[in-house]
Amino acid sequence: MQTTFPRLLLNHAAQRPLEPAMREKEYGIWQALSWADLAALVERLSCGLHQAGLRRGEHMVVLGANRPRLYATMLAAQSLGAVPIPLYQDAAAQECVFPINDAEVCFAFAEDQEQVDKLLEIRAQCPQLSNIYFDDPRGLRNYDEPGLVAVDALEASGKMFAAAHVNFYKTEVSQVKPDDVGAMFFTSGTTGNPKGVVHTHNSLLNRARAGADFDKLTHTEEVLAYLPPAWIGQNIFSYAQWLACGYVVNCPESAATVTIDLKEVGPTYYFAPPRVFEGLLTSVMIRMEDAGAIKRGMFHYFMRVAQRVGPAKMDGKPVSFTDGVLYALGNVLVYGPLRNNLGMSRVRVAYTAGEAIGPDLFSFYRSIGINLKQLYGSTETAVFVCLQPDNEARADTVGVPIAGVEIKVADNGEILVKSPGLLKEYYKNPTATAEVLTADGWYHTSDAGFLDAHGHLKIIDRVKDVGRIKGGANDGAMFAPKYVENKLKFFPHIKEVVAYGDGREKVCVMINIDFDAVGNWAERRNLPYAGYTDLAQKPEVYQLIKECVEKVNADLSVDTLLAGSQVSRFLVLHKELDADDGELTRTNKVRRGFIAEKYKALVDALYEGRTSQFIETTVKFEDGRTGSVSATLKIDDAKTFAPVKAAA
Amino acid sequence: MSKKIGDVILDVKNISLSFGGVKALTDISFNVREHEVRAIIGPNGAGKSSMLNCINGVYTPQQGSITFRGKTFSHMDSHQVAVMGIGRTFQNLALFKGMSVIDNIMTGRNLKIKSNLLWQALRIGPAQREEEMHREAVEHIIDFLEIQAYRKTPVGQLPYGLQKRVDLGRALAMEPQVLLLDEPMAGMNVEEKQDMCRFVLDVNQEFGTTVVLIEHDMGVVMDISDRVVVLDYGKKIGDGTPDEVRNNEDVISAYLGTSH
Repeated sequence: MQTTFPRLLLNHAAQRPLEPAMREKEYGIWQALSWADLAALVERLSCGLHQAGLRRGEHMVVLGANRPRLYATMLAAQSLGAVPIPLYQDAAAQECVFPINDAEVCFAFAEDQEQVDKLLEIRAQCPQLSNIYFDDPRGLRNYDEPGLVAVDALEASGKMFAAAHVNFYKTEVSQVKPDDVGAMFFTSGTTGNPKGVVHTHNSLLNRARAGADFDKLTHTEEVLAYLPPAWIGQNIFSYAQWLACGYVVNCPESAATVTIDLKEVGPTYYFAPPRVFEGLLTSVMIRMEDAGAIKRGMFHYFMRVAQRVGPAKMDGKPVSFTDGVLYALGNVLVYGPLRNNLGMSRVRVAYTAGEAIGPDLFSFYRSIGINLKQLYGSTETAVFVCLQPDNEARADTVGVPIAGVEIKVADNGEILVKSPGLLKEYYKNPTATAEVLTADGWYHTSDAGFLDAHGHLKIIDRVKDVGRIKGGANDGAMFAPKYVENKLKFFPHIKEVVAYGDGREKVCVMINIDFDAVGNWAERRNLPYAGYTDLAQKPEVYQLIKECVEKVNADLSVDTLLAGSQVSRFLVLHKELDADDGELTRTNKVRRGFIAEKYKALVDALYEGRTSQFIETTVKFEDGRTGSVSATLKIDDAKTFAPVKAAA
Repeated sequence: MSKKIGDVILDVKNISLSFGGVKALTDISFNVREHEVRAIIGPNGAGKSSMLNCINGVYTPQQGSITFRGKTFSHMDSHQVAVMGIGRTFQNLALFKGMSVIDNIMTGRNLKIKSNLLWQALRIGPAQREEEMHREAVEHIIDFLEIQAYRKTPVGQLPYGLQKRVDLGRALAMEPQVLLLDEPMAGMNVEEKQDMCRFVLDVNQEFGTTVVLIEHDMGVVMDISDRVVVLDYGKKIGDGTPDEVRNNEDVISAYLGTSH
């Protein structure tokens, strides 16, 4: 049944008024806010906002970390038929100008002084921004700005209004329709201005429900809301699904206390991008290396057991009796305490998404009994398109289309999606809308991929980056640079990779070693080196990297589509690719085109079959000075494998 | 921004202090008004810390008097000073390294604890209620200084900038009317300094606490203080608003360097 955010709130408040809706740790104690109290708070804020002039269809910006009153303000705006726009709390002031002006925003909620300062800074550029409400008054005592009001004061005025107009709130809520616009999210475009993705109450709540049904989420789940509310993933996990299921959302005390809070809360439903899982694993490994010999031995022994037995157990497959006993013993001695230490003792369902996750990292968590899975979706699809079923989680796929979703692969390999969760439009941008949302109702994801034999979706690359090998033995084979790069980057010794092959006869890559990891590796082998450039050119390091490349080739050779993307030649770069030198974007993605021009000599040498090449590059230091690095780089061949044709 | 600066709360008159033949302070007089941020600056060995130590009762000056809230003393008694509501932090941190952040700040509540040792040891009845009350006060300070993530961390394991914050937290725990800060930003990087500046200003504005601080970093001093005293070789060579001090000839030649 279609519904709206405020109606769900009122349902929960009516059905289980005293149960906690949210918890926030303040002054060292987890303070709970019940559904009834939350509904009353939302009613007061809603009345206050109405009185201040917020009307149906207007937008309100919310700026801050996950806090009960930020959520309550979003609900209050939605109750009036207004549209909340969460913005990234770490965005620079100037980045807020475009969304605020584009959506003609007059009302804003700011968490604290930092966010208020940001809004005041851009006020001259956004003259319509009349009302700014702040949650935490600290440091704002002496601010004397027109329209700057404490949320407390807003609540108090709303309380009086509500007392005088008893049925006002309920009437307002009943007038909001499921097909009305529910929220807007600005996507950070890499080029040009961000685009406002418009979602209705129904598109968000329909997907929230579908995801909840898929994983059988109930009102007993515990969630820790620690990612930015402006990111649709956080919004779905801790807002849309929170209201759809009625579980408890816990707000951490501060960004620095998240790992502590995680242990205290013990969430049952958890989401994190791969880098968070990677960071947690690294910290475990470092502490294990420092542990006593007995502990360390026990850890390594049982981790080997877990690697052998864990994945099968998670997938519900039978394991031998001995393995079963060993795993149970490991669970008591190692896996259980480890899960507890990670704050994941109670995790029933954990998701990761956003970027590719390394197979070793993925299987580590699954092998110690954490049900980590992947999903596929984006802001435009209200997240849930594909999810991995509990017993079928694999590192290289992103799951099966869930209820309501239709998937089609276009002729150019692009994945097209039809789902009730699709965006309504890009705000005030019909051209961009028409580009992604065609008249026949398909949304163009601009991701290239395919559905494998088991019906799982596999993402290869961005459509615009997928190329073809031209000439040579693999003429016409598909080439997906990011896919190859990611496979190599999953090795801890490799930090960055740039792959070339589109329109050429073979694939060649330039590799950045991970200085810490390879440096450590070299030290343990008593291999002396003078610095990054020297270490990168050591024959031993080339051998190490060569093994990685060949493993990737062996892996690719069994892939029916991408066997032609095997790497023929490689070199190890003498300097780290750096955003300051324009080689990476600010979000650390390689800029293939720029690098190809800058290192043309190297690319040519790779393809002309030379075994070494001299290169000199200017580098920019952090203090703005420039210098140059030069080196003669070796170029090595890697073994490729004949494609293994699938037996079917 | 506006704040109300009140009457003189602390008046230092003709203080002289010497250690044997070394004259640390010679005939120093200045006053501190309620709710202001008062800085004492000067080159190394100018007598800044000695001045704080006189106010604080660590040193007894040979001459002069100190008037606090209308009461005049020829020398201050450390315990009495604390009871009267003057708190301080130290240049070379004097924290309990092995104790947690909470416990360190809790020690600052010492003067406020009324129940006797036996009750506290047994932790029953009124002693427990009192402890909870003090713990709450400590939690507010932790929240104020944004050190929630380190509540239970032994102070010795924290980086220097955070230890300084804990030191400030302990001084705040006694709810001082006047806070003496001995080089609160020494040895910090730019970001830590900015944070500390904000905390000092917030303490001053949110709680109305009068702040007397010694500082080396001229940028910091000029930005956050209402009035500045300049010492050089134990003598006062300047006193006034940051702008006045900046344009004072003696100060320029003694401290900021002379332009020839």
